[in-house]
Amino acid sequence: MALRIAVCVKQVPDPETPASAFNVDESVNRVVPAPGIPPVVNGFDLHAVEAALRIKDAGDAEVVVLAVGNDFVMDVMKKPLSMGADTLVLAEDPSLEDLDPVGTVNTLAAMIQKTGPFDLILAGRQASDWDQAHVPLGLAERLGLPSVTLARNVEAGEGKVRVERALTDGFQVVEAPTPAVITVSNEIGEARYPTLRGIMAASRKQPERLTLDDLGLSSESLQPALSLKRLFIPESESQVELIEGEDEADAGRKLALRLRELNLI
Amino acid sequence: MSGILVIAEVDDGVIAPVSGELLAVACKLVDEGVEGGVTLLAMGDDLSNVSATHAPGADRIVLMSHPSLKDGGTGGFDAPVLAVAGLNESLSPDVILFAKTDFGAVAGPRLAFKLGAPVAQDCVDVTLDSATGRIAVTRPVFGGNALAVFGFNGDGIQIVTIRPGVFDPMEGEGTASVEEFDASEAVAGVRSRLVETIVQESEGVRLEDADVIISGGRGLGGPEPFEQLQELADILGGAVGASRAACDAGWVDHSYQVGLTGKSVKPTVYLSVGISGASQHMAGLSGARNIVAINKDGDANIFKSARFGVVGDWEKVLPAFTATVRDLAG
Repeated sequence: MALRIAVCVKQVPDPETPASAFNVDESVNRVVPAPGIPPVVNGFDLHAVEAALRIKDAGDAEVVVLAVGNDFVMDVMKKPLSMGADTLVLAEDPSLEDLDPVGTVNTLAAMIQKTGPFDLILAGRQASDWDQAHVPLGLAERLGLPSVTLARNVEAGEGKVRVERALTDGFQVVEAPTPAVITVSNEIGEARYPTLRGIMAASRKQPERLTLDDLGLSSESLQPALSLKRLFIPESESQVELIEGEDEADAGRKLALRLRELNLI
Repeated sequence: MSGILVIAEVDDGVIAPVSGELLAVACKLVDEGVEGGVTLLAMGDDLSNVSATHAPGADRIVLMSHPSLKDGGTGGFDAPVLAVAGLNESLSPDVILFAKTDFGAVAGPRLAFKLGAPVAQDCVDVTLDSATGRIAVTRPVFGGNALAVFGFNGDGIQIVTIRPGVFDPMEGEGTASVEEFDASEAVAGVRSRLVETIVQESEGVRLEDADVIISGGRGLGGPEPFEQLQELADILGGAVGASRAACDAGWVDHSYQVGLTGKSVKPTVYLSVGISGASQHMAGLSGARNIVAINKDGDANIFKSARFGVVGDWEKVLPAFTATVRDLAG
Protein backbone atom coordinates (compact mmCIF):
# COMPACT_ATOMS: atom_id res chain seq x y z
CA MET A 1 0.00 0.00 0.00
CA ALA A 2 1.21 3.44 -0.84
CA LEU A 3 2.67 5.52 1.95
CA ARG A 4 0.94 8.82 2.54
CA ILE A 5 3.38 11.61 3.31
CA ALA A 6 2.48 15.13 4.41
CA VAL A 7 5.09 17.85 3.96
CA CYS A 8 4.56 21.12 5.84
CA VAL A 9 5.98 24.14 4.02
CA LYS A 10 6.02 27.87 4.70
CA GLN A 11 6.18 30.93 2.46
CA VAL A 12 8.94 33.23 3.75
CA PRO A 13 10.76 36.38 2.62
CA ASP A 14 13.74 35.40 0.46
CA PRO A 15 16.62 34.86 2.92
CA GLU A 16 19.04 35.78 0.12
CA THR A 17 17.68 39.34 0.29
CA PRO A 18 20.78 41.54 0.61
CA ALA A 19 21.14 43.02 4.09
CA SER A 20 20.90 46.50 2.51
CA ALA A 21 17.37 45.66 1.26
CA PHE A 22 16.24 44.13 4.56
CA ASN A 23 14.02 46.62 6.37
CA VAL A 24 11.89 46.63 9.48
CA ASP A 25 8.98 48.97 10.18
CA GLU A 26 9.57 49.45 13.89
CA SER A 27 6.26 51.27 14.39
CA VAL A 28 4.37 48.03 13.67
CA ASN A 29 7.16 45.52 14.42
CA ARG A 30 7.07 44.03 10.94
CA VAL A 31 9.55 43.22 8.22
CA VAL A 32 8.91 45.34 5.14
CA PRO A 33 8.95 43.14 2.03
CA ALA A 34 11.91 44.08 -0.17
CA PRO A 35 10.57 45.59 -3.40
CA GLY A 36 10.99 43.35 -6.40
CA ILE A 37 12.13 40.32 -4.38
CA PRO A 38 9.36 37.69 -4.31
CA PRO A 39 8.94 35.39 -1.32
CA VAL A 40 10.18 31.80 -1.50
CA VAL A 41 9.25 28.43 -0.06
CA ASN A 42 11.43 28.07 3.04
CA GLY A 43 14.65 26.36 1.94
CA PHE A 44 14.68 23.60 4.55
CA ASP A 45 11.04 22.82 3.63
CA LEU A 46 12.16 22.15 0.05
CA HIS A 47 14.68 19.70 1.50
CA ALA A 48 11.70 18.05 3.24
CA VAL A 49 9.85 17.88 -0.10
CA GLU A 50 12.98 16.30 -1.56
CA ALA A 51 13.05 13.70 1.22
CA ALA A 52 9.40 12.83 0.48
CA LEU A 53 10.02 12.57 -3.26
CA ARG A 54 12.99 10.24 -2.71
CA ILE A 55 10.69 7.92 -0.75
CA LYS A 56 8.19 8.20 -3.61
CA ASP A 57 10.96 7.42 -6.14
CA ALA A 58 12.00 4.35 -4.17
CA GLY A 59 8.51 2.89 -3.87
CA ASP A 60 4.95 4.02 -3.87
CA ALA A 61 3.94 7.17 -2.04
CA GLU A 62 1.47 10.02 -2.20
CA VAL A 63 2.98 13.39 -1.26
CA VAL A 64 0.60 16.03 0.11
CA VAL A 65 2.01 19.52 0.74
CA LEU A 66 0.40 21.61 3.49
CA ALA A 67 0.84 25.33 4.11
CA VAL A 68 -0.62 27.89 6.50
CA GLY A 69 -0.49 31.63 5.88
CA ASN A 70 -1.86 34.59 4.01
CA ASP A 71 -1.13 36.30 0.68
CA PHE A 72 0.32 33.20 -0.93
CA VAL A 73 2.11 33.79 -4.22
CA MET A 74 0.84 30.86 -6.24
CA ASP A 75 3.87 30.57 -8.54
CA VAL A 76 5.98 30.26 -5.42
CA MET A 77 3.74 27.88 -3.52
CA LYS A 78 3.38 25.55 -6.53
CA LYS A 79 7.11 24.80 -6.54
CA PRO A 80 6.71 21.55 -4.52
CA LEU A 81 4.07 20.43 -7.06
CA SER A 82 6.43 21.15 -9.96
CA MET A 83 9.12 19.13 -8.15
CA GLY A 84 6.73 16.16 -8.14
CA ALA A 85 4.41 16.41 -5.12
CA ASP A 86 0.86 15.24 -5.75
CA THR A 87 -1.37 17.73 -3.94
CA LEU A 88 -1.14 21.20 -2.41
CA VAL A 89 -3.47 22.06 0.47
CA LEU A 90 -3.62 25.65 1.67
CA ALA A 91 -5.15 27.30 4.70
CA GLU A 92 -5.10 30.95 3.67
CA ASP A 93 -6.72 33.63 5.77
CA PRO A 94 -5.82 37.11 7.05
CA SER A 95 -5.99 35.77 10.61
CA LEU A 96 -3.31 33.20 9.68
CA GLU A 97 -0.75 35.89 8.89
CA ASP A 98 2.02 36.30 11.48
CA LEU A 99 0.79 33.30 13.45
CA ASP A 100 2.95 32.31 16.35
CA PRO A 101 4.05 28.66 16.65
CA VAL A 102 1.09 27.67 18.81
CA GLY A 103 -1.41 28.96 16.24
CA THR A 104 0.58 27.36 13.42
CA VAL A 105 0.67 24.02 15.24
CA ASN A 106 -3.08 24.15 15.90
CA THR A 107 -3.83 24.94 12.26
CA LEU A 108 -1.48 22.31 10.84
CA ALA A 109 -2.81 19.71 13.27
CA ALA A 110 -6.36 20.43 12.09
CA MET A 111 -5.25 20.22 8.43
CA ILE A 112 -3.57 16.88 9.06
CA GLN A 113 -6.64 15.51 10.80
CA LYS A 114 -8.77 16.70 7.86
CA THR A 115 -6.54 15.37 5.07
CA GLY A 116 -4.98 12.37 6.85
CA PRO A 117 -4.22 9.77 7.92
CA PHE A 118 -0.53 10.02 7.04
CA ASP A 119 2.33 7.61 7.63
CA LEU A 120 4.91 10.38 7.76
CA ILE A 121 4.80 14.11 8.39
CA LEU A 122 7.90 15.94 7.17
CA ALA A 123 8.97 19.56 7.60
CA GLY A 124 12.12 21.64 7.30
CA ARG A 125 14.31 21.88 10.40
CA GLN A 126 13.46 25.58 10.83
CA ALA A 127 12.02 28.49 8.89
CA SER A 128 14.34 31.25 7.75
CA ASP A 129 12.05 34.03 8.99
CA TRP A 130 11.57 33.46 12.73
CA ASP A 131 14.13 30.62 13.08
CA GLN A 132 12.18 29.05 15.94
CA ALA A 133 12.62 25.43 14.91
CA HIS A 134 9.76 24.15 16.95
CA VAL A 135 6.52 23.98 14.97
CA PRO A 136 7.16 20.36 13.85
CA LEU A 137 8.02 19.36 17.42
CA GLY A 138 4.85 20.99 18.69
CA LEU A 139 2.86 19.30 15.94
CA ALA A 140 4.19 15.90 17.01
CA GLU A 141 3.22 16.53 20.64
CA ARG A 142 -0.22 17.86 19.64
CA LEU A 143 -0.88 14.80 17.47
CA GLY A 144 0.67 12.43 20.03
CA LEU A 145 3.32 11.24 17.57
CA PRO A 146 7.04 10.54 17.97
CA SER A 147 9.42 13.07 16.41
CA VAL A 148 12.97 12.93 15.10
CA THR A 149 14.85 16.07 14.02
CA LEU A 150 17.59 17.02 11.52
CA ALA A 151 17.21 14.16 9.07
CA ARG A 152 19.92 13.70 6.43
CA ASN A 153 18.26 10.52 5.20
CA VAL A 154 14.75 9.12 5.72
CA GLU A 155 13.61 5.58 4.96
CA ALA A 156 10.09 4.46 5.75
CA GLY A 157 8.11 1.24 5.53
CA GLU A 158 6.65 -1.64 7.51
CA GLY A 159 5.32 0.61 10.24
CA LYS A 160 8.56 2.32 11.08
CA VAL A 161 10.83 5.11 9.94
CA ARG A 162 14.62 5.04 10.02
CA VAL A 163 16.28 8.42 10.15
CA GLU A 164 19.91 9.43 9.85
CA ARG A 165 19.99 12.40 12.18
CA ALA A 166 22.73 14.95 11.40
CA LEU A 167 25.17 15.85 14.15
CA THR A 168 27.87 18.49 13.79
CA ASP A 169 30.41 15.65 13.49
CA GLY A 170 28.67 12.62 12.04
CA PHE A 171 25.18 11.28 12.49
CA GLN A 172 22.89 9.07 14.56
CA VAL A 173 20.58 6.39 13.28
CA VAL A 174 17.20 6.71 15.02
CA GLU A 175 14.14 4.52 14.52
CA ALA A 176 10.57 5.40 15.41
CA PRO A 177 7.19 3.79 14.78
CA THR A 178 5.01 5.50 12.15
CA PRO A 179 3.17 7.74 11.95
CA ALA A 180 5.94 10.09 13.01
CA VAL A 181 7.04 13.69 12.48
CA ILE A 182 10.51 14.16 10.96
CA THR A 183 12.35 17.45 10.41
CA VAL A 184 14.77 17.54 7.49
CA SER A 185 18.11 19.36 7.28
CA ASN A 186 20.14 20.56 4.30
CA GLU A 187 22.59 17.67 4.82
CA ILE A 188 20.08 15.54 2.87
CA GLY A 189 21.40 17.20 -0.29
CA GLU A 190 20.05 19.68 -2.79
CA ALA A 191 16.36 19.75 -3.52
CA ARG A 192 15.68 18.74 -7.12
CA TYR A 193 14.95 21.37 -9.75
CA PRO A 194 11.48 21.27 -11.28
CA THR A 195 11.45 19.79 -14.77
CA LEU A 196 9.57 21.49 -17.58
CA ARG A 197 7.08 18.63 -17.48
CA GLY A 198 6.71 19.12 -13.74
CA ILE A 199 6.08 22.83 -14.15
CA MET A 200 3.43 22.14 -16.84
CA ALA A 201 1.72 19.56 -14.64
CA ALA A 202 1.78 21.90 -11.63
CA SER A 203 0.30 24.76 -13.64
CA ARG A 204 -2.77 22.63 -14.32
CA LYS A 205 -3.25 21.71 -10.65
CA GLN A 206 -5.31 23.87 -8.35
CA PRO A 207 -4.61 23.88 -4.62
CA GLU A 208 -7.22 22.48 -2.30
CA ARG A 209 -8.32 25.20 0.11
CA LEU A 210 -9.44 24.77 3.69
CA THR A 211 -11.15 27.58 5.60
CA LEU A 212 -11.01 28.15 9.34
CA ASP A 213 -14.59 26.79 9.46
CA ASP A 214 -13.55 23.66 7.56
CA LEU A 215 -10.81 23.18 10.14
CA GLY A 216 -13.05 23.97 13.12
CA LEU A 217 -10.61 26.64 14.30
CA SER A 218 -11.71 29.44 16.59
CA SER A 219 -9.82 32.70 17.03
CA GLU A 220 -8.97 31.41 20.51
CA SER A 221 -6.89 28.56 19.08
CA LEU A 222 -4.84 31.13 17.14
CA GLN A 223 -3.93 33.27 20.16
CA PRO A 224 -0.19 33.79 20.54
CA ALA A 225 1.57 32.43 23.63
CA LEU A 226 4.18 35.17 23.38
CA SER A 227 3.73 38.80 22.33
CA LEU A 228 6.18 40.54 20.05
CA LYS A 229 7.15 43.73 21.90
CA ARG A 230 9.84 45.03 19.60
CA LEU A 231 11.48 44.14 16.27
CA PHE A 232 14.58 46.02 15.18
CA ILE A 233 17.78 45.82 13.17
CA PRO A 234 20.78 45.85 15.52
CA GLU A 235 23.18 48.68 14.84
CA SER A 236 26.60 47.70 13.67
CA GLU A 237 29.30 50.15 12.84
CA SER A 238 32.00 48.90 10.54
CA GLN A 239 35.47 49.27 12.03
CA VAL A 240 37.30 47.43 9.32
CA GLU A 241 40.89 48.35 8.54
CA LEU A 242 41.18 47.81 4.79
CA ILE A 243 44.68 46.84 3.70
CA GLU A 244 45.74 48.17 0.32
CA GLY A 245 48.83 47.57 -1.75
CA GLU A 246 50.36 48.20 -5.14
CA ASP A 247 48.29 45.32 -6.43
CA GLU A 248 46.15 42.55 -4.98
CA ALA A 249 49.12 40.29 -4.26
CA ASP A 250 50.87 43.11 -2.44
CA ALA A 251 47.73 43.70 -0.36
CA GLY A 252 47.77 40.00 0.57
CA ARG A 253 51.42 40.26 1.63
CA LYS A 254 50.74 43.38 3.69
CA LEU A 255 47.74 41.76 5.36
CA ALA A 256 49.99 38.93 6.56
CA LEU A 257 52.58 41.41 7.87
CA ARG A 258 49.90 43.44 9.67
CA LEU A 259 48.49 40.35 11.39
CA ARG A 260 51.99 39.31 12.43
CA GLU A 261 52.73 42.81 13.71
CA LEU A 262 49.79 42.47 16.09
CA ASN A 263 50.88 38.95 17.03
CA LEU A 264 47.62 37.48 15.74
CA ILE A 265 49.37 34.84 13.63
CA MET B 1 4.08 27.75 41.37
CA SER B 2 7.48 29.34 41.82
CA GLY B 3 11.17 29.02 41.23
CA ILE B 4 13.50 28.40 38.31
CA LEU B 5 14.29 24.92 37.02
CA VAL B 6 17.60 24.67 35.17
CA ILE B 7 17.89 21.62 32.91
CA ALA B 8 21.57 20.73 33.10
CA GLU B 9 23.48 18.66 30.59
CA VAL B 10 25.81 15.93 31.75
CA ASP B 11 29.01 15.33 29.83
CA ASP B 12 31.31 12.43 30.77
CA GLY B 13 29.43 12.05 34.05
CA VAL B 14 29.79 15.67 35.23
CA ILE B 15 27.71 18.82 34.77
CA ALA B 16 28.64 20.36 31.40
CA PRO B 17 30.03 23.93 31.23
CA VAL B 18 27.02 25.12 29.19
CA SER B 19 24.87 24.48 32.26
CA GLY B 20 26.95 27.08 34.14
CA GLU B 21 25.70 29.62 31.59
CA LEU B 22 22.11 28.65 32.46
CA LEU B 23 22.86 29.06 36.17
CA ALA B 24 24.17 32.57 35.42
CA VAL B 25 20.86 33.38 33.70
CA ALA B 26 18.91 31.88 36.60
CA CYS B 27 20.84 33.96 39.15
CA LYS B 28 20.29 37.10 37.05
CA LEU B 29 16.53 36.43 37.14
CA VAL B 30 16.66 35.85 40.91
CA ASP B 31 18.45 39.19 41.31
CA GLU B 32 15.71 40.80 39.25
CA GLY B 33 13.05 39.40 41.55
CA VAL B 34 12.03 35.90 40.43
CA GLU B 35 11.20 34.05 43.65
CA GLY B 36 11.33 30.45 44.73
CA GLY B 37 15.00 29.58 44.30
CA VAL B 38 16.99 27.74 41.65
CA THR B 39 16.74 23.99 41.14
CA LEU B 40 19.14 22.20 38.82
CA LEU B 41 18.09 18.93 37.21
CA ALA B 42 20.75 16.49 36.03
CA MET B 43 19.74 13.41 34.03
CA GLY B 44 21.79 10.41 32.97
CA ASP B 45 22.42 6.72 33.44
CA ASP B 46 25.18 7.16 36.01
CA LEU B 47 25.27 10.38 38.02
CA SER B 48 27.56 9.21 40.81
CA ASN B 49 30.18 11.81 39.85
CA VAL B 50 27.78 14.76 39.65
CA SER B 51 28.76 17.15 42.40
CA ALA B 52 27.10 20.26 43.83
CA THR B 53 30.44 22.07 43.54
CA HIS B 54 29.92 22.23 39.76
CA ALA B 55 26.56 23.97 40.17
CA PRO B 56 27.24 27.38 41.74
CA GLY B 57 24.08 29.39 42.18
CA ALA B 58 21.78 26.38 42.52
CA ASP B 59 19.86 25.99 45.79
CA ARG B 60 18.88 22.43 45.12
CA ILE B 61 20.01 19.67 42.78
CA VAL B 62 17.70 16.91 41.60
CA LEU B 63 19.25 13.79 40.07
CA MET B 64 17.27 11.51 37.77
CA SER B 65 19.11 8.31 36.91
CA HIS B 66 17.78 5.83 34.40
CA PRO B 67 19.37 3.79 31.59
CA SER B 68 17.13 5.50 29.01
CA LEU B 69 18.54 8.89 30.06
CA LYS B 70 22.09 7.93 29.04
CA ASP B 71 23.79 10.74 27.08
CA GLY B 72 20.69 12.89 27.49
CA GLY B 73 18.48 10.22 25.92
CA THR B 74 19.95 11.03 22.51
CA GLY B 75 18.12 10.35 19.30
CA GLY B 76 14.50 11.19 19.79
CA PHE B 77 14.99 12.68 23.27
CA ASP B 78 11.75 10.97 24.38
CA ALA B 79 13.08 9.96 27.79
CA PRO B 80 14.34 13.34 29.05
CA VAL B 81 11.18 15.11 27.83
CA LEU B 82 9.01 12.62 29.74
CA ALA B 83 11.31 12.83 32.77
CA VAL B 84 11.18 16.63 32.99
CA ALA B 85 7.40 16.55 32.50
CA GLY B 86 7.22 14.14 35.44
CA LEU B 87 9.37 16.36 37.65
CA ASN B 88 7.43 19.46 36.59
CA GLU B 89 4.30 18.00 38.11
CA SER B 90 5.79 17.81 41.58
CA LEU B 91 8.06 20.87 41.35
CA SER B 92 5.77 23.26 39.47
CA PRO B 93 8.42 25.87 38.56
CA ASP B 94 7.66 29.31 37.18
CA VAL B 95 10.54 29.24 34.65
CA ILE B 96 12.37 26.33 32.98
CA LEU B 97 15.73 27.02 31.29
CA PHE B 98 17.36 24.85 28.62
CA ALA B 99 20.54 25.52 26.64
CA LYS B 100 19.85 25.59 22.90
CA THR B 101 22.12 22.65 22.23
CA ASP B 102 21.34 19.60 20.12
CA PHE B 103 19.43 18.37 23.20
CA GLY B 104 17.77 21.58 24.42
CA ALA B 105 16.67 22.77 20.98
CA VAL B 106 14.47 19.67 20.80
CA ALA B 107 13.64 18.93 24.43
CA GLY B 108 12.61 22.53 25.28
CA PRO B 109 9.91 22.90 22.62
CA ARG B 110 8.71 19.30 23.03
CA LEU B 111 8.27 19.79 26.77
CA ALA B 112 6.46 23.09 26.16
CA PHE B 113 3.90 21.58 23.82
CA LYS B 114 3.51 18.52 26.06
CA LEU B 115 2.68 20.83 28.98
CA GLY B 116 0.70 23.32 26.86
CA ALA B 117 3.22 25.97 27.92
CA PRO B 118 4.82 28.74 25.84
CA VAL B 119 8.48 28.49 24.81
CA ALA B 120 10.99 31.04 23.52
CA GLN B 121 13.77 29.46 21.49
CA ASP B 122 17.42 30.54 21.07
CA CYS B 123 17.40 33.58 23.36
CA VAL B 124 20.36 35.92 23.77
CA ASP B 125 18.83 37.92 26.62
CA VAL B 126 16.33 37.08 29.34
CA THR B 127 14.94 39.53 31.85
CA LEU B 128 12.09 39.90 34.32
CA ASP B 129 9.59 42.55 33.20
CA SER B 130 8.87 44.16 36.55
CA ALA B 131 5.65 45.72 35.24
CA THR B 132 4.05 42.36 34.38
CA GLY B 133 6.04 39.99 36.57
CA ARG B 134 6.63 37.91 33.41
CA ILE B 135 9.78 37.05 31.51
CA ALA B 136 10.85 39.01 28.41
CA VAL B 137 13.37 37.56 25.98
CA THR B 138 15.47 38.83 23.09
CA ARG B 139 16.14 36.51 20.17
CA PRO B 140 17.81 36.88 16.77
CA VAL B 141 15.33 36.40 13.90
CA PHE B 142 15.43 36.46 10.10
CA GLY B 143 18.77 34.69 10.13
CA GLY B 144 20.22 37.27 12.51
CA ASN B 145 19.22 40.28 10.38
CA ALA B 146 16.94 41.51 13.16
CA LEU B 147 16.42 41.15 16.90
CA ALA B 148 12.98 40.54 18.42
CA VAL B 149 11.86 41.12 21.99
CA PHE B 150 9.03 38.86 23.15
CA GLY B 151 7.05 38.84 26.37
CA PHE B 152 5.32 35.75 27.79
CA ASN B 153 1.54 36.06 27.93
CA GLY B 154 -0.74 34.51 30.54
CA ASP B 155 0.38 33.37 33.96
CA GLY B 156 1.63 29.81 33.47
CA ILE B 157 5.04 28.20 33.24
CA GLN B 158 7.60 29.94 30.96
CA ILE B 159 10.13 27.84 29.03
CA VAL B 160 13.24 29.44 27.56
CA THR B 161 16.14 27.99 25.57
CA ILE B 162 19.34 30.03 25.78
CA ARG B 163 21.88 30.36 22.95
CA PRO B 164 25.17 28.84 24.19
CA GLY B 165 28.23 31.08 24.47
CA VAL B 166 26.27 34.29 25.11
CA PHE B 167 26.33 34.35 28.92
CA ASP B 168 29.48 33.91 30.99
CA PRO B 169 29.16 30.79 33.14
CA MET B 170 28.44 31.22 36.84
CA GLU B 171 31.67 31.22 38.80
CA GLY B 172 32.50 29.72 42.19
CA GLU B 173 31.69 26.48 43.93
CA GLY B 174 28.16 25.35 44.60
CA THR B 175 26.78 24.14 47.92
CA ALA B 176 23.31 22.95 46.91
CA SER B 177 21.51 20.06 48.58
CA VAL B 178 21.27 16.97 46.37
CA GLU B 179 18.28 14.64 46.13
CA GLU B 180 17.17 11.80 43.86
CA PHE B 181 13.93 11.68 41.90
CA ASP B 182 12.61 8.39 40.56
CA ALA B 183 12.24 8.71 36.77
CA SER B 184 11.30 5.09 36.00
CA GLU B 185 7.56 5.70 35.78
CA ALA B 186 7.90 8.91 33.76
CA VAL B 187 10.15 7.44 31.07
CA ALA B 188 7.91 4.43 30.36
CA GLY B 189 6.50 6.08 27.22
CA VAL B 190 9.71 6.14 25.13
CA ARG B 191 8.98 5.39 21.46
CA SER B 192 11.93 6.42 19.33
CA ARG B 193 15.11 4.42 19.60
CA LEU B 194 18.75 5.31 18.97
CA VAL B 195 20.22 2.55 16.83
CA GLU B 196 23.77 3.82 16.57
CA THR B 197 25.93 6.94 16.51
CA ILE B 198 28.51 7.37 13.79
CA VAL B 199 31.14 9.97 14.63
CA GLN B 200 33.17 11.37 11.75
CA GLU B 201 36.57 12.04 13.26
CA SER B 202 37.92 15.26 11.83
CA GLU B 203 41.57 15.27 10.90
CA GLY B 204 43.76 17.71 12.79
CA VAL B 205 42.33 20.55 14.87
CA ARG B 206 38.59 20.57 15.61
CA LEU B 207 36.84 23.67 14.26
CA GLU B 208 35.26 24.36 17.65
CA ASP B 209 38.67 24.33 19.34
CA ALA B 210 40.71 26.01 16.59
CA ASP B 211 42.55 29.24 17.36
CA VAL B 212 42.90 30.03 13.67
CA ILE B 213 40.25 29.21 11.08
CA ILE B 214 40.57 29.64 7.33
CA SER B 215 37.07 29.56 5.91
CA GLY B 216 35.84 29.50 2.33
CA GLY B 217 32.54 30.35 0.68
CA ARG B 218 30.69 30.53 -2.58
CA GLY B 219 33.27 32.95 -3.98
CA LEU B 220 35.84 30.15 -4.21
CA GLY B 221 33.86 28.68 -7.09
CA GLY B 222 34.63 25.00 -6.51
CA PRO B 223 36.22 22.36 -4.29
CA GLU B 224 39.85 22.72 -5.45
CA PRO B 225 40.58 26.08 -3.73
CA PHE B 226 39.90 24.44 -0.36
CA GLU B 227 43.27 22.71 -0.80
CA GLN B 228 44.90 26.14 -0.68
CA LEU B 229 42.90 26.94 2.45
CA GLN B 230 44.04 23.67 4.03
CA GLU B 231 47.65 24.44 3.14
CA LEU B 232 47.42 27.79 4.93
CA ALA B 233 45.62 26.25 7.90
CA ASP B 234 48.38 23.65 8.21
CA ILE B 235 51.07 26.34 8.35
CA LEU B 236 49.16 28.21 11.08
CA GLY B 237 48.09 25.11 13.02
CA GLY B 238 44.47 25.96 12.33
CA ALA B 239 41.38 24.39 10.84
CA VAL B 240 39.38 24.88 7.65
CA GLY B 241 35.76 26.00 7.75
CA ALA B 242 33.14 26.81 5.15
CA SER B 243 29.90 28.64 4.58
CA ARG B 244 26.70 26.67 4.13
CA ALA B 245 26.67 27.53 0.42
CA ALA B 246 30.04 25.81 -0.06
CA CYS B 247 28.86 22.74 1.89
CA ASP B 248 25.52 22.51 0.08
CA ALA B 249 27.37 22.73 -3.24
CA GLY B 250 29.25 19.61 -2.18
CA TRP B 251 32.69 21.28 -2.25
CA VAL B 252 33.39 20.20 1.34
CA ASP B 253 31.62 18.01 3.89
CA HIS B 254 28.88 19.52 6.06
CA SER B 255 31.11 18.99 9.11
CA TYR B 256 33.00 22.10 7.88
CA GLN B 257 29.90 24.30 8.08
CA VAL B 258 30.09 27.39 10.30
CA GLY B 259 26.92 29.34 11.06
CA LEU B 260 23.44 29.36 12.53
CA THR B 261 22.74 25.77 11.53
CA GLY B 262 26.39 24.70 11.54
CA LYS B 263 29.13 25.10 14.12
CA SER B 264 29.74 28.02 16.44
CA VAL B 265 33.45 28.84 16.56
CA LYS B 266 35.64 31.04 18.74
CA PRO B 267 39.07 31.45 17.11
CA THR B 268 41.47 34.36 17.65
CA VAL B 269 41.62 34.79 13.88
CA TYR B 270 38.86 33.88 11.44
CA LEU B 271 40.07 34.42 7.89
CA SER B 272 37.14 34.32 5.50
CA VAL B 273 37.85 33.89 1.81
CA GLY B 274 35.09 34.53 -0.71
CA ILE B 275 32.38 34.62 1.97
CA SER B 276 29.76 37.36 1.65
CA GLY B 277 28.94 37.22 5.35
CA ALA B 278 25.20 36.56 5.34
CA SER B 279 23.71 36.90 8.81
CA GLN B 280 23.16 33.13 8.95
CA HIS B 281 26.92 32.64 8.63
CA MET B 282 27.84 35.43 11.05
CA ALA B 283 25.62 33.84 13.72
CA GLY B 284 28.31 31.17 14.12
CA LEU B 285 31.04 33.78 14.61
CA SER B 286 29.87 35.64 17.73
CA GLY B 287 32.84 34.14 19.59
CA ALA B 288 35.45 34.96 16.91
CA ARG B 289 37.80 37.68 18.13
CA ASN B 290 39.31 38.93 14.86
CA ILE B 291 37.48 38.44 11.60
CA VAL B 292 39.69 38.98 8.56
CA ALA B 293 38.02 39.13 5.17
CA ILE B 294 39.22 38.68 1.62
CA ASN B 295 36.40 39.42 -0.81
CA LYS B 296 36.20 41.09 -4.18
CA ASP B 297 32.98 42.93 -3.27
CA GLY B 298 33.81 45.87 -1.02
CA ASP B 299 30.13 46.18 -0.08
CA ALA B 300 29.95 42.57 1.16
CA ASN B 301 28.37 42.19 4.59
CA ILE B 302 31.50 40.47 5.95
CA PHE B 303 33.37 43.81 6.00
CA LYS B 304 30.85 45.19 8.51
CA SER B 305 32.05 42.72 11.12
CA ALA B 306 35.65 42.29 9.96
CA ARG B 307 38.57 43.92 11.76
CA PHE B 308 40.89 43.62 8.77
CA GLY B 309 40.11 43.18 5.13
CA VAL B 310 41.39 43.16 1.62
CA VAL B 311 39.03 44.03 -1.21
CA GLY B 312 40.30 41.95 -4.09
CA ASP B 313 40.35 38.70 -6.02
CA TRP B 314 41.22 35.90 -3.61
CA GLU B 315 43.11 34.06 -6.36
CA LYS B 316 45.66 36.88 -6.31
CA VAL B 317 45.49 37.88 -2.63
CA LEU B 318 45.61 34.48 -0.97
CA PRO B 319 48.76 32.99 -2.58
CA ALA B 320 50.76 36.09 -1.62
CA PHE B 321 49.29 36.01 1.88
CA THR B 322 50.16 32.33 2.28
CA ALA B 323 53.69 32.80 0.91
CA THR B 324 54.31 35.64 3.37
CA VAL B 325 52.92 33.62 6.27
CA ARG B 326 55.19 30.74 5.31
CA ASP B 327 58.22 33.05 5.21
CA LEU B 328 57.30 34.51 8.60
CA ALA B 329 56.92 31.03 10.04
CA GLY B 330 60.47 30.45 8.87
